[in-house]
Amino acid sequence: MADPLARKHHLLGLEGMSAEEITPFLDLAANYALLSRSRTAPRDALRGRTVINMFFEDSTRTRTSFELAGKRLGADVINMTVATSSVNKGETLLDTAATLNAMRCDLLVVRHAQSGAPALLAQKVEASVVNAGDGMHEHPTQALLDALTIKRHLGTLSGLTVAICGDVGHSRVARSNIHLLTAMGSKVRLVGPPTLVPAAMASLGAVSIHHDMESGLRDADVVMTLRLQRERMGAGLVPSAREFFRFYGVDSRRLALAKPGALVMHPGPMNRGVEIASDVADSVQSVIQEQVEMGVAVRMAVLDRLSRMRTAS
Amino acid sequence: MTDLVFENVRLIDPETGTDTSGRLLVREGRIAGQDKAGAEGKPENAEIIDGKGAVLSPGLVDMRVAIGEPGFEYRETIASCARAAVSGGVTTLAALPNSKPAIDEPALVRLLRGRGEETGLVSILPYGALTKGCNGEEMAELGMLREAGAVAFTDGIHAIADTKRMRQLLAYAKGIDALVVQHPEDPSLAKGGTATAGALATRMGLAQIPAAAEAILIARDIRLAEMTGARLHFGHVSTGEGLALIRQAKARGLSITCDTAPPYFALNEDAIGAFRTYAKLSPPLRAEEDRLAVCAALADGTIDAIASDHAPWDADDKRLPFAQASAGGTGLTTLLGVGLSLVHEGTLTLPQLITLMTRNPAQLLGSDAGTLRDGASADLCLFDPEAEWVVEAGNQPGRAQNTPFDGRSLRGRVLGTWKAGRHVYGGEAA
Repeated sequence: MADPLARKHHLLGLEGMSAEEITPFLDLAANYALLSRSRTAPRDALRGRTVINMFFEDSTRTRTSFELAGKRLGADVINMTVATSSVNKGETLLDTAATLNAMRCDLLVVRHAQSGAPALLAQKVEASVVNAGDGMHEHPTQALLDALTIKRHLGTLSGLTVAICGDVGHSRVARSNIHLLTAMGSKVRLVGPPTLVPAAMASLGAVSIHHDMESGLRDADVVMTLRLQRERMGAGLVPSAREFFRFYGVDSRRLALAKPGALVMHPGPMNRGVEIASDVADSVQSVIQEQVEMGVAVRMAVLDRLSRMRTAS
Repeated sequence: MTDLVFENVRLIDPETGTDTSGRLLVREGRIAGQDKAGAEGKPENAEIIDGKGAVLSPGLVDMRVAIGEPGFEYRETIASCARAAVSGGVTTLAALPNSKPAIDEPALVRLLRGRGEETGLVSILPYGALTKGCNGEEMAELGMLREAGAVAFTDGIHAIADTKRMRQLLAYAKGIDALVVQHPEDPSLAKGGTATAGALATRMGLAQIPAAAEAILIARDIRLAEMTGARLHFGHVSTGEGLALIRQAKARGLSITCDTAPPYFALNEDAIGAFRTYAKLSPPLRAEEDRLAVCAALADGTIDAIASDHAPWDADDKRLPFAQASAGGTGLTTLLGVGLSLVHEGTLTLPQLITLMTRNPAQLLGSDAGTLRDGASADLCLFDPEAEWVVEAGNQPGRAQNTPFDGRSLRGRVLGTWKAGRHVYGGEAA
């Protein structure tokens, strides 16, 4: 799994990537963030390229973000919504890969409910594959946009303490963030009940596990909360939304334990009053809207860099 | 039938545990005596086979094989399974009953036995279903299945989940002195999981099965076997904790036995890295410490047999995202080659390895195969324990190609296989 950029220039995950490999994406994305604000992004960067967004799992936000990123750089962007109800999704997956090869697609953005599905697709398609979230495995562009947002506010990605709170075990966002932040030299705390933050998560690198919010948030530079899926209650991992909020919700009282001015982040969409209190989500410390903006810039950078690596090879 | 003389062979006889240079005579398809090296004289008109110093052992007895037939012939038929078997030196195999239909009718047991004989390559020893349809609920007609030739009873790839039902099954099996074979995995802990719990599965974002799911079920079933006095066998045991429980039970004199399969002593969880579905097995490949514990349990005799755990799947069953891919790997062709790694690395002696693959499983299943005794059917395996070859999925005998050992270099290769004195694999085999 190391060398996720191997051979055909895919971005399947951040695991195994070094700070030297990650930084160029962030630098380019920072530049695209400025150009996007001034409406001067280079519309010819991806001219003549075809980007296909293939989402096997619903996600209006991420899909729209990739679509906008491609269009701002002048690519032809196609959205393919793939039915998720079919019994044998995998058959569709490889059949679709053959179709995409025939269409001469250059960049393929894939979201799939199964860990490893983009990696499987990457073996079969000619296009460069960008993982837009696979099962519980990775969501590399989310971690890159989180990193860019943090860097803009705190000026660095090293030496920080980042608390990732809530449903960490099921989270691809958490895994990609752990890989990125530890590679950049920051410490990560994983905070939540043992049913959502299993002990094996400690094996992911320079991370510590906290089962209470007080020790988890104390003196943190960044407090990142994750969406709690309703199905976690049905599966017996958490008794109820209100109990979860009572013990693991990020509210202003707990946030006060973090460093003054600590950033509050959430990958969206939020459950207000479950993992995050409304006043915290809307506070001056919250950079949640900026994360969305950086998302477009990061995806522009990823599409552009992968496209250039393809051309160069 | 032509009589045979195997000359210049290293005879491994699991009956006596001996490893001697010599020759073996075969008359009318049966073993007709061993000579020490240098012996002269031979039956008239006998065919001489010069082993050139290779090893001659009884044909292997594989006590855990899934066949696609009946019901899943696109994966493997009995004929294709038999071709794969003899390429690995296997001449007797026990077929799991979780086919479609499940082997829960006496006629189906007879059918399997007959279809094995039709191949002329192998004997099939059918397992009977422990419960009707192998669905873990209603008891199958164990007595009648046994009369028809079922050698033992199991639901195949699923454990009996319900404790009381398992107790009743063991008690009834005790009454007819039948062996019960259990898939050692707590079904509720394992549900939805695809990889052994730990750092690797966490990084890959795969739903996990804790290694303790094995020990929990083994602990329960050992206790039930003790309550009922039944003979209980655990298939493909893969964890140190599970093996420690079995070791203790044996020390206490209980009728508990077990087998393991080559992936569990020759591979660990790292084989699933990069989402390699050919290495997705059930039970899942474990951590290195469990692999080492399996080796130790082979060395100290806790494990009674090595079975291939052959599970054929079509490419379409495997070319899927990891969690959706089917679990299981082929193993007949590679059984001996991978098994010999235990001898090369010093875990077992060659006679010990052959005993685990011949006499021991045969005795567990009440079969008279797996021996070089005079008068036994001349089921034989001639192999070079040093010859190297590379396993290549897509190039394996038989229909199914889903080997977890794809690309691996093995030391030890079958040169020829004989079934009842008939040359069925290698060289000029028919």
